[in-house]
Parts: sequence; structure tokens; C-alpha cells
Amino acid sequence: MSVATQKKSTAPTSTGAGMRFVGGMSNYIDERTSISGAVKFLGRKIFPDHWSFMLGEIALYSFVVILLSGTFLTFFYDPSMVEVHYDGSYVPLKGIHMSAAYSSTLNLTFDIRGGLLMRQVHHWAALLFVASIGLHMLRVFFTGAFRKPREINWVIGFVLFILAMAEGFTGYSLPDDLLSGNGLRIIDGMIKAIPGIGTWISYLLFGGEFPGNDVIPRLYVLHIMLLPALVIALIAIHMVLLIINKHTQFAGPGRTNDNVVGSPILPVFAAKAGGFFFLVFGIIMLIASLFTINPIWNYGPYDPSPVSAGTQPDWYIGFADGMLRLMPPGWEFVVDGYTWSLNLLVPIVVLMLFIVIVMIYPFLEAWVTGDKREHHIAERPRNQPTRTAIGAAGVTFYAVLWAGAASDLIATHFRTTIEGVIHALQVLLIVGPIAAFWMAKKIALALQRKDRELVLHGYESSRIVRLPGGEYREIHTPLDEFEQWKLVSFDEYAPAQLRPNARGKITIGARMRASVSRFYFEDRIAPVVTKELESRTH
Amino acid sequence: MSRTLNRKGRRHPLSSLVLILVGLFVSGGAYATVTGTASAADAPVSPTQIDDGKKLFASNCASCHGLSAEGSAAGPSLIGAGALSVEFQVGSGRMPMSGSGPQAEKKPVQFTQPEIDAMAAWVASLAPGPGVPEASSLAGGDPSNGAELFRVNCAMCHNVAGAGGALTEGKWAPNLHNIDPVHVYAAMVTGPQNMPVFSDMNITPDEKRDIIAYLKFLDESPSVGGMDLGALGPVSEGLFVWIFALGGLVAITIWLSAKSN
Repeated sequence: MSVATQKKSTAPTSTGAGMRFVGGMSNYIDERTSISGAVKFLGRKIFPDHWSFMLGEIALYSFVVILLSGTFLTFFYDPSMVEVHYDGSYVPLKGIHMSAAYSSTLNLTFDIRGGLLMRQVHHWAALLFVASIGLHMLRVFFTGAFRKPREINWVIGFVLFILAMAEGFTGYSLPDDLLSGNGLRIIDGMIKAIPGIGTWISYLLFGGEFPGNDVIPRLYVLHIMLLPALVIALIAIHMVLLIINKHTQFAGPGRTNDNVVGSPILPVFAAKAGGFFFLVFGIIMLIASLFTINPIWNYGPYDPSPVSAGTQPDWYIGFADGMLRLMPPGWEFVVDGYTWSLNLLVPIVVLMLFIVIVMIYPFLEAWVTGDKREHHIAERPRNQPTRTAIGAAGVTFYAVLWAGAASDLIATHFRTTIEGVIHALQVLLIVGPIAAFWMAKKIALALQRKDRELVLHGYESSRIVRLPGGEYREIHTPLDEFEQWKLVSFDEYAPAQLRPNARGKITIGARMRASVSRFYFEDRIAPVVTKELESRTH
Repeated sequence: MSRTLNRKGRRHPLSSLVLILVGLFVSGGAYATVTGTASAADAPVSPTQIDDGKKLFASNCASCHGLSAEGSAAGPSLIGAGALSVEFQVGSGRMPMSGSGPQAEKKPVQFTQPEIDAMAAWVASLAPGPGVPEASSLAGGDPSNGAELFRVNCAMCHNVAGAGGALTEGKWAPNLHNIDPVHVYAAMVTGPQNMPVFSDMNITPDEKRDIIAYLKFLDESPSVGGMDLGALGPVSEGLFVWIFALGGLVAITIWLSAKSN
């Protein structure tokens, strides 16, 4: 508190009326809230400067845009499946039977000033929200920023990613148009495929046989109440943990595991971040005003009978749709009158496994390395070849599934057969990740070798001199200290030794860990050590 | 050398006049063929027209369809196909095919309208088949009913917005934007390529007119929400958001965190 009072007494030294007002106001607020301590603490929080550290901010700011535009939409949207006759200004739907939800979305689009723009802002911002979360997660993964003490925050961020997809999917379904209804039908099919309880869950969710009269209001409650509340709460925890854990930074002179080098929140970072918020907002508005998204008036009201060609989910559900499309035909069997739909169960299991592995990866890696230290220095992807390779394999797996969701468009646009596209993607789904793993690892190791070479011998200056003895030699320019620091300071891990425990036994767990550890760290390039640096002048 | 150059470069003083005349004939001829479509239906079929059609057929179509349109291993019999089929296949540039493939592709129309009419008249003279309707009979119609019929009957292959879609084994349902109403009607009645026939029992002539009215509405109304990214739905939207929105913002982050020189 005393610190706070000190700050106040020094503030109103300038005599301008504005400054006096600001000083008075701050004093008034602080005397009642003691907020200056918190402002001072947060204002001094340091953020390191690197472009890849701003990806999470894009997600945060697009979420703010989603909240603002979504609030506008709730004023006019009617979450009801009551049947009405459309009587708005869009001619090709005049007089058609539809749900009040679809009709109110059409009115929002065509008869409410600014409604279409707000719908497009909301939808584009939602696509950007999930995309920026994905990119942010990739950055965190490939730089090892999920290691102790940030494992919990990785899991929270991961849950936010899942919640963002759930928000997206529920929102996509709300207009009750043909496209989203088809998507809901697929979800219904997947639920019904779950053995034993599937049909029960489906009837519970839809309030009877699909589509029923209840699902839209239920999705609406999830979309505007439960899910946003969870997202906001988890974002808050995510930010608090970010402050507690401090931000990671890349290695550099003066940057250690115990400090953070960068700009303080007040005033530099806050100004930058504020400006960046308006840039994100501006780009979303620009795109929403120039490019149409989800033209629901083209799709028509939902009716279970028609299914349009080119029906796809929004991009973030694409990987799941792709998995369904890539399943070989005929994977189902009947036991005692009950159909086991492996063509739906296998995708559910594979996707769940994939998602769970992403969630628990920090713990898996911590188990393999046995590393209990705190890490605040972000790693360069090349310095952890196996992790980078695993990431590349995961990205490839996801990308192939993603392409699978667009298999029909790939076929028509590249003038090939849809069967050919599907079969090629089926092969790629297995071969692609393996090839990506192998290539990424080789590339990472090669880059490490190049770094080592640079540190020890410097750049080739292309200046060739003749020595007195007649020998020709190219002069190498040594790296400056900044460059060198980046290249030499990283942790080296070695395969774990297989040793008996305190009771003199080698457990199965220890054996497993030793073999996984060997898989991780067998191929490695040792970082340059001080002795080598000292003796590098030939 | 210079003499040959001169000779090549020299133009007859009347050459521009000839060029203008050729241009006028071409545009006048094109105009005549376009306006001729409407009158083609009611124009009486003369024996010489049928005869012309037979000759054109023999030299352009018979290698696959057979000299008397009886069909062969390479192409189906056209006996009973009717004038409407000929109008659709030849008038949209699909026939004659440029090569065998999963499906006949649209290309620039190879014949003039009178030639197409002549071939249609000859094919129609072989056996009764669907005839070409008057263009005026396809005008009007209720786009809202047409849209609903389109969603139920057509959208599963042609996409709700008429953007087209993939079929099996490399075949596809074409994009339906800016198609001549007669051809839309012909496609429904004759079921060309992989398309099923929608008979008058299935979709009445009035309903066909409604569907045409809906497609016409799509052609004439601009995309209200801005550029439509090919009207391909979420795939193009997802690609756009990753490449342009997120790509642009990443460029901005690099700009914001760049050190000043």
C-alpha cells in the first residue's frame, strides 16, 4: 500500500488541468480499490518480443470480436423450431415452410440493417479464432514451450481448442439450414453407432427421433451460455498461469532461464497489443465486408431428404469428416440383430486417440526425458529432432484427414476421379506421417550439423588468401556473439540408462522408458561445448 | 530480301474494306443464328433440311453412332433420341466428342444453329422423340417453388447453389450457371450423360419452368454478401481464412515485432 501512495504523491507534479483530473481520478479509485499495487505488478510484467509469441493474441482478439458480433446476433435470432412460412425479401424462399430459426436468420441477413455484415463478421472471426488457436498450439509444441512448469497451461489451452470447435459446430448448426442440418445428421449417425447407449444418447439429445423439435434451442443454450462461459473462464486461467509462469523466450545473450527480456506491459506492450487488437478487428471487418461466408439463403431450410453435393463442415471439423470419408466400405457386421458400424466406430476411436495424445504429450515427453527442471527458454525446433519429427507426422496425419473432407472438390477441380483421390489419401494417411517423421528428423539433424559447423568455423567469407608456403585457404568469418549464443545454448538429452532400481530390479516400466528414450535421443548432434569453442582457432 | 519484305508488307488498298465486309457478315450471321433459335421450333421441317442433316450426321457423327444412327460399341443408338437431345448435345458443344473420356465435355459449339437444326430434324425423322420447345414456353415460372424442387431433385449432384459436384469414376455434374433455358429443359427431359431422366410425370412441365426460373434467378442476382469464393462452401472459406486472414495477420505480427533499423 505504501508503494501505491508514493506513486500517487509523485504523479501530479505537472500542473495541467488534464493531469490534475487524471491524478485525482486515479487517487479516488485507488483509495477505494487499492488497485495500484496490481497495476504496478502487471505493468512491470515483461513480454519478450517475437512474432510467434503473438499468435495467441490473434485468438484472444478474434474471440473479443466474436463476443461483440454474437451479442448483436442474439438480438434478432429466434432459436425455435416452430414451423413458419417465410415472408421476407429473399424471393426464392418466399412462402416456403421453414423453422423460425432459419426464418429469423434470413431476416437477420436480408431485412435487418447491418445484420448480414455482423453474421459474416461473427463467422469469419470464428474461423480465424480456431485457426489462430491451432497455429498458436503448433508454435508452443515445436518450441517445447509446454515443458515444466507449463504442462497445465498446455492442457487448458488444448481444452480451449476443443471448446472452440464445439462453439463453432453449435453455432454452425443454429441457422437450421440444409448444410448444417446435414452436418448434424452425421453427428447423429456417429452417436447412434456407439454400441449399446448410442441410440439412447441420440434420442436424449434430439428429444426424440432426429431432427425433432428440440435440438436448435438446446444447441443455442450451449452456444451462447455454457460454452462461452467455459471459454471465458479458461481464458482467464490461461492468462493467469501465463503471468505466473512468465513467458518463454528464445535463447540470446543476457537471456537466461531465470529472467525475461522484453518490453513491460505498460506502456510499450499495452500500446502494441492495443494496436494489434484493432488490426485484427480491422482485418476481420475487411474480410467480412468483401467476402461472403456461409450463404445460408442458397442452402434452403433443413429437410432430412435432400443432401447437397459439396457438403462439408467448417474447416475445423474437416479432419473428422475426412476420417469418415477415408474409411473403406463394408466395415460393419451384424451380431444378433445389432449392427456394429466399424466404419463409424474406428474413426471415433482413432480421432479420440489422436486428440488424447495431443493433450497428454507434455507428460509423455516429461516421462521419456525424466527431466524435472523448469524450462523458460523456448527451443528451436531443430534442436529436438524427434519431437519436431513427431509434430511433423501429426501435422501430416491431420492434413491428410483434412484433405479427405474436400475429396470431391479435389476430384472435380483437378479433373481426376474421386475414387483415385480417396485411395491416394488412404495410402497417404499411413505412409505420409512416416515419411514426414523421417524427413523432418533428417532435416533437423542436418540443420543442427550446419549450426555446429558455423559455430566452429564461422561463415565462408569467399576471400581466398595465399599463405607464405603457397597454400591457398578461404578465410572464415567467425560469428558474432549474438549469433553464436543462439546456436550453442540448448539442452542436450541422452538416451536414459537402464539401471536397476533401489530394490535391485529392472521393471517393465523402466525397460519401456529406456527404449522410448533411445528412440527419442539415439540420433543427436552434441551442442558445441566451451572447450571446443576455445580450441577452434586452428 | 527487302523486296520480299515489301511484298509481304504491302496491303491492297481495298483490304480494309474487305475486312469490314467479312466482319459484318460474321456478326450478321451470328445474329441470324442466335435469333434463329426461337423460330427453329415452329419452322416447318423441309425434306432438304432432313437431307442436309443426314449428310452432316454421316460426316460428323456416324463414326460412333453408325450411318443410320443405329449405334455402335463407341456410341449409343440415336433412334428415338429426338431433336431435343441433338439440340442439347451439339448445341452445348458436348458433341461431337473430342476424345473418349468419362464424360463428354463442354467445348465451343462446333456447328451453326441451322446445321444443328438440320441434324436434329434428321434424328427426329427416324423415330418420334422429345422435340425442342419454344423458348417463350420456358419463361416465367416461380423461383421459390423451383428452388425447393431443385434442392430435392438436383442438389445432391449439382450442389444447392448449382456449383456442380463430383460423381463416381471421374464423372461430374456440371456447374449450372448461365445455361441456356432450352438446354436446362433438355437435360431434364432427355437425361444426357449420367443424368437421370426427369419425365413429365416426375416433374411437370410447369415445375421444370420453375426450376429454370430459379437457375435464372441465381444467374441474375449478385452474391449479396460480397465475393462468393467460387460458391464452394466451407472448403474455400477454410482455405481463405488460413491463407489470407491468418497469413495476413502473421505478416502483421512479423511487422510489429521487427526491430527498427
